[in-house]
Amino acid sequence: MELLYKPWPWYVAGPIIGLSVPALLWIGNKNLGISSTLRQICAATYPGKIAFLNYDWKNDSWNLFFAAGILIGGFIGGYVFANPDPVAVSSETIGLFQSWGLNTSKGLLPPEVFNWNTLFTLKGFLMIIVGGFFVGFGTRYGGGCTSGHGILGLSAFQWPSLLATISFFIGGILFSYWVVPYILAL
Amino acid sequence: MKNLPYLFLGIVFGLALTKGEAISWHRMHEMFHFQSFHMYGIFMTAVPVGALSIFLFRRLHVRTRTGEPILKPVKVYRHGVIIGGLIFGFGWALTGACPGPLYAQIGAGYLVTIVTFISALFGTWVYAYLKPNLPD
Repeated sequence: MELLYKPWPWYVAGPIIGLSVPALLWIGNKNLGISSTLRQICAATYPGKIAFLNYDWKNDSWNLFFAAGILIGGFIGGYVFANPDPVAVSSETIGLFQSWGLNTSKGLLPPEVFNWNTLFTLKGFLMIIVGGFFVGFGTRYGGGCTSGHGILGLSAFQWPSLLATISFFIGGILFSYWVVPYILAL
Repeated sequence: MKNLPYLFLGIVFGLALTKGEAISWHRMHEMFHFQSFHMYGIFMTAVPVGALSIFLFRRLHVRTRTGEPILKPVKVYRHGVIIGGLIFGFGWALTGACPGPLYAQIGAGYLVTIVTFISALFGTWVYAYLKPNLPD
């Protein structure tokens, strides 16, 4: 029983994530890529007169089912069978977080930042609202995210996906070193 | 229900993301600071498994379950791949989430990430609105 609550090592989680590529292709010639669902939801709810949002989003409704599945998977793995222990990051990372004023006592996200009270501060606005905006804007501008470019695109040896993945990491590293620490100090 | 297999696959994918801690803000910053192999291990096993499957599908002339030929995924280069990629990277570091993990974070009960999700929808919408004026 205890095993259900434990996190999975990378060599279990990674191959299962990778197997979603052939599974989606085999079931219906579908390409893994989750950021597309954001466009679909925009198209379904408020397309306005925007050309990019006026397309037959229902053709890709499979992806909304896939995304709903991810939410359920998150509920099972992160709520019902949540790991009671802190994320086992390295000791250097614990030191880094302490220097940022965070402790890693529990959960998958730092509770000091990701809570409803912080949301209404400048810190929360930048981390959650601006951060979310960048995720939605950047993935669509870049034509994919970590799944569509980073896993599917690289699996199919698509060089634009390699450029995209390198860009994701450069952006993330820049912010992790030189922006996030200052926002957290606000 | 023809979409049920995708729901099932999504559950497995979401479980692996969550249990592999790929939805964890902590793991993302550990990765950006090169302080552990964990996240790199996930990428470095997921990609070869995907690549090997695509290779074998082609080698063995595998068809989809309904008998269609399997199409090779194609990604086209635009400058947005780099510009948008960087912007997404900024958001990745701030929120600790890519679009897939965003769904999983909500499911895992971190309900404030619903706001992250709505902001991401708004970001996509604004991109769509500005698209005609942005360098492609």
